[in-house]
Amino acid sequence: MEKISGARSLMIALEKEGVEIAFGLPGGANLPIYDELYKSNIRHVLVRHEQSASHMADGFGRVSRRPGVCFATSGPGATNIVTGIATAQADSAPMVAITGQVPSKMIGRDAFQESDIIGITNPIVKYAFQPMSPNEVPEVVKKAFYIASTGRPGPVLIDIPKDVQQNEAEVHFPSEVKIRGYHPWVDPDITQIERATEMLLSAERPIILAGGGVIISSAFAELQSIAELLMIPVVTTFKGKGSFPENHPLSLGPIGMHGHAEANKMMTEADCVLACGSRFSDRSVGTFEEFERNLKIIHMDVDPAEIGKNQTTNVAVVGDVKTSLRIMVKMLIQKAIKRNGESAWAKRVKETKDYYRENLKIHPHPLAASKVLKKLREVLPTQSIVTTEVGQHQMWASLFFDVIHPGTFFSSTGLGTMGWGFPAAIGAKAAKPDVPVLDIAGEGSFNMTENSLAVSVLEDLPVIVFLLNNFTLGMVAQWQRTFYDRRMIGVDLKNCPDYVKVAEAYGAQGIRATTLDEIGKAVQTAIKSNVATVIDIPIDPQEDVLPFVAPGTSLKDMILPS
Amino acid sequence: MWSIISVLVENKPGVLFKITNLFRSRNYNIDSISVGITENPEVSRMTITTEADEKQLNQILKQLDKLIDTLEVKLLDEKKSVYRELVMMKLKVSKPTDIKEITDLANAFKCDVHDVRKSSIIIEITATPDRVSALVDLVKGYGILEMARTGICALARGGYENES
Repeated sequence: MEKISGARSLMIALEKEGVEIAFGLPGGANLPIYDELYKSNIRHVLVRHEQSASHMADGFGRVSRRPGVCFATSGPGATNIVTGIATAQADSAPMVAITGQVPSKMIGRDAFQESDIIGITNPIVKYAFQPMSPNEVPEVVKKAFYIASTGRPGPVLIDIPKDVQQNEAEVHFPSEVKIRGYHPWVDPDITQIERATEMLLSAERPIILAGGGVIISSAFAELQSIAELLMIPVVTTFKGKGSFPENHPLSLGPIGMHGHAEANKMMTEADCVLACGSRFSDRSVGTFEEFERNLKIIHMDVDPAEIGKNQTTNVAVVGDVKTSLRIMVKMLIQKAIKRNGESAWAKRVKETKDYYRENLKIHPHPLAASKVLKKLREVLPTQSIVTTEVGQHQMWASLFFDVIHPGTFFSSTGLGTMGWGFPAAIGAKAAKPDVPVLDIAGEGSFNMTENSLAVSVLEDLPVIVFLLNNFTLGMVAQWQRTFYDRRMIGVDLKNCPDYVKVAEAYGAQGIRATTLDEIGKAVQTAIKSNVATVIDIPIDPQEDVLPFVAPGTSLKDMILPS
Repeated sequence: MWSIISVLVENKPGVLFKITNLFRSRNYNIDSISVGITENPEVSRMTITTEADEKQLNQILKQLDKLIDTLEVKLLDEKKSVYRELVMMKLKVSKPTDIKEITDLANAFKCDVHDVRKSSIIIEITATPDRVSALVDLVKGYGILEMARTGICALARGGYENES
């Protein structure tokens, strides 16, 4: 058998996994990997900061549902992707991050650009490998992709010492791997699904809570079938936004801190919830004790550790959400259950939805967030992929931007990573080059990774940055206005820099849009021109995100716009 | 609620770190932990005792099980398992009669006596935490100069291996 280097076997193993693109930045400790990348068919996208490489891999992974790959060198290169790994872990996104490490003999000697990235990332990875010989590399890669993409997906780190990249060995490429302590596929218990179905059928005021697991397992059709057969209203978590068409009559939108008023209201009035692929985050449910009061909880999740973590469950169904829901649909069809929307509960839901849609006060500004985002929805094709940054604009997107086509909306919902949306959008564009990709952004977040404009332009991965610019760290400002008696500190960004010029400096298109009409035209121009575009939209810095469920309170304490 | 958890893990570097880091990052409490290789050299057994309410204990078991390097996680019933701790104490010898008294106590508790010197003596006990506490109470009057404990080591009793 021919001897090959660890770096070469890494590249062959990645190609065998079907990897066609990787995001990264080279450095001293991963040069052997880059030298093999030079010879391989894998496309390398050069980033300007490793954090963005990890977010691009994350965005790619969420959209393609295959692990996105990123490369970083040792030390600071590796620590720069920590935020990206934590973000992927919090949102269960499949990712394989590959870092260079100092030569194995130097590990532990505080060598130049040495960091204990295995130790640093331990609580935020699904698993981490550090192959110590070139012949371990193929199996490690196979295992990494298997772990990252199965069960509840997540980030896996492979940290390869430089000598392991360089040394040659006879290597074998396994066609499959078995990990005895890892059992991602659990068949859902049919008896539990029967119990869940009975509980749902006997409820007077049932509701469905769809989480990110519905999107990850692509259980859109099954979810919709159950909702329609039983005429049950559907609320989502923020991560589950887009798991159910938001223009559907049964859709109430996301619940939570900045959920839709009708969603929060109906959630608190329900007597039974079918929660699918949701982890009951505090942002979604408010105080745990209050949420579960007088509520029967059916919890379907692929991760057994989520059952009972935040909420007491009445019926738990552990397994893939799509499989579980499909079995439930079959049971309903066998029982010939098809309900009409004539129940008192259905009427109450419709009445509440209509009431809030008609009576919630809209912020009195020509570029109020609701108007701007509704305009965006009008002009942006429904198949487009939308990402967001983190802050007010993100919550406005949750409230006012309806996701029609399932699985087209992605956000850093768990970790809440500012700067995620733009590089993630570039990763998404790499996964789906045929559809427009747009990042709903705030300027505070955009500042953090705006150097990815170079990547969007030079790598021909054009995305649109839809910049709701209020010259301020808006969400922090809102909390200072609300909870700190308007003592404003550390939030004023003073409209610096000029984002149109920033875009142009990178060779992208910069458009300032100051009316709804201009916004519509700018989006159309950006889509048609198919070049990276920043649309700078000056909005009112005084606008709050409402409704608002203050931290530490429950959904019924929701504050409405007044 | 004091509980004994028995965990079979891959016997490889970094696994103990993952287990203890899980307890730290999720704000659980480790009362004692003991680790050793099993009849299978690829597998180690960790015995962890913890103080947790039922809900938290349930989470600890699930989160441990979720770790890829854990092969089996079991909650041991105190009545259906044998559990012991090895404790060594170096006691102060102030007067010659102390040696006789301590040796008598040690015999009553089925302890081994080591390293008898003019000014100190080491006793070793392997017992349940209750018996260890009783002995500690009795000897602390002499002055405990140093103490080392292994933490609880446990196995399910015959026939109860598959209960959890």
